[in-house]
Amino acid sequence: MFVAEKEPAAMIQHAAPAPIIRLSGVSKWYGTRDEPVHALEATNLDIADGELLVLLGPSGCGKTTMLRMIGGLLDPTEGRIEISGKDLWIAGRRQGETVSELGMVFQEANLFPWLSIEDNIALPLKLRGVPKKQRYRRAHELMELVKITGFEKRWPKELSGGMRQRAAIARALSYDPKILLMDEPFGALDAMTRDSMNLELQRIWQETGKTIIVVTHSITEAAFLADRIVLLSPRPGRIDSVYDVGFPRPRGLDVQSMPEFQALVKTLRHRLAEVS
Amino acid sequence: MTDAVVAPTERAGSGTSYLPWITTPLLVVACLAIWHFYTKFSGISPFVLPSPSAVWHVWMGMLASPRAWSHTLTTVYSTLLGFFFGLVVGVTLGLILGRIRWLELTLNPFIVATQVVPKVALIPLFVVWFGFGMTSKVLVAAVLSFFPILTNTVLGVKSVEAGHRDVMTSLNASRFQAFAQLDFRNALPYIITGMEVGIVLAIIGTIVGEYLGGSAGLGYMLVSEMNAYQTDGLFAVIIHMTILGFVFYFATGLLRRFVIPWHQSAEV
Repeated sequence: MFVAEKEPAAMIQHAAPAPIIRLSGVSKWYGTRDEPVHALEATNLDIADGELLVLLGPSGCGKTTMLRMIGGLLDPTEGRIEISGKDLWIAGRRQGETVSELGMVFQEANLFPWLSIEDNIALPLKLRGVPKKQRYRRAHELMELVKITGFEKRWPKELSGGMRQRAAIARALSYDPKILLMDEPFGALDAMTRDSMNLELQRIWQETGKTIIVVTHSITEAAFLADRIVLLSPRPGRIDSVYDVGFPRPRGLDVQSMPEFQALVKTLRHRLAEVS
Repeated sequence: MTDAVVAPTERAGSGTSYLPWITTPLLVVACLAIWHFYTKFSGISPFVLPSPSAVWHVWMGMLASPRAWSHTLTTVYSTLLGFFFGLVVGVTLGLILGRIRWLELTLNPFIVATQVVPKVALIPLFVVWFGFGMTSKVLVAAVLSFFPILTNTVLGVKSVEAGHRDVMTSLNASRFQAFAQLDFRNALPYIITGMEVGIVLAIIGTIVGEYLGGSAGLGYMLVSEMNAYQTDGLFAVIIHMTILGFVFYFATGLLRRFVIPWHQSAEV
């Protein structure tokens, strides 16, 4: 009842005229002229402000490629990416001002081992020239948000994988970007930590009101987190199907035992098996 | 909540870290004892092998003489100055070559060439060019210490993790910011390793330089003792040099604790 049966009004909101991210005809080719690899077919996608979108697909489906292009780490071969109506790539050049609307979290926390946790979180602000006092105040606020207060002076290696990933999320949020891009953020964590991090992510998303895109190959993670799931298929990577997920928020882990949830998981699993 | 703080990983066998503090003095005493009894009972000439006590007396005499200290200072000064130049040039060039691939490929044959030349063979040339004074020794020390520092710095810059680079790119860091906050910081442990090798080579370079064409320094002292057939004096100078080498090596190693306290190598 919650899945794919959203009221038309909500659907119209998603397709509202001013999406925060708009991909128009975005494609990506890798490699040399002799043996080019088509990583992503020309893709159109609108992402609404405040949406939690999940890109789901098997490996080689172009989901990470798509995220890295939106994140400004990879230039699209063709097409346009607009963030809040502004072009991200102009003539193969990243637009710095537009990039600052984006925060990225990777599969590895990628904290700098030579900086303490608070310095890691405050690093983006340091790069922006924010005075020391302000950036530490912000870092401490964020540490409270991601619940790692008390570890300010620790080295990253002294924290567990889950806590490092929390710090990485805090770092990405430090300069208050509108959009958080997460590339398999919990893929390196054990199943229990992963569940609790998914709950935490939902809470952080609700508290901050960010637009979040999560790349994953976990079906249950996708179904648990998403407002909308974009399922991609490989060779070449392209959008296969889109699913609206309407389970009420905040979702607890128990949502996974709902018949509707299991039906959605089943649908996704079958579709993934067909396209892989 | 499964999240928990993990203790800093203890090195395997860290419980035996006190071992060298016992074994080292014991082995030194054992060697001295063998040396002592060998010179006492074998009837070997003191011109070939003086007894440890004779060497000790000469060394104590050296430590009390201003002349020996002035030679020591000369050697220390040349070594440190040469090492400093080697460090500055090695790190600067290493940071540049680590980032600019085509320049590295272009310059690499020449850098290797300067290294496969037996540098000790260059010393007479340096003496011809720069005289018997300190300049030629400083240069030898610089040339010798430069290479390990350079190669380690290049390695340090190249070993920056792709994920860390992605972070800097996604944070829209300028080239200079990425360089200062990432490349340089990442290269520091490697630079210190290069420094540890470099400082020892710098001492060797200086001493050989003084030995072959000098009028001051420990290398020069060594030659004078040899020319005077003072074998015990020769031993004393060698011990003096060894201790100097230790001091430099450990001082460099100590940098780890202060410059890169986050690195595993600082935990020893």
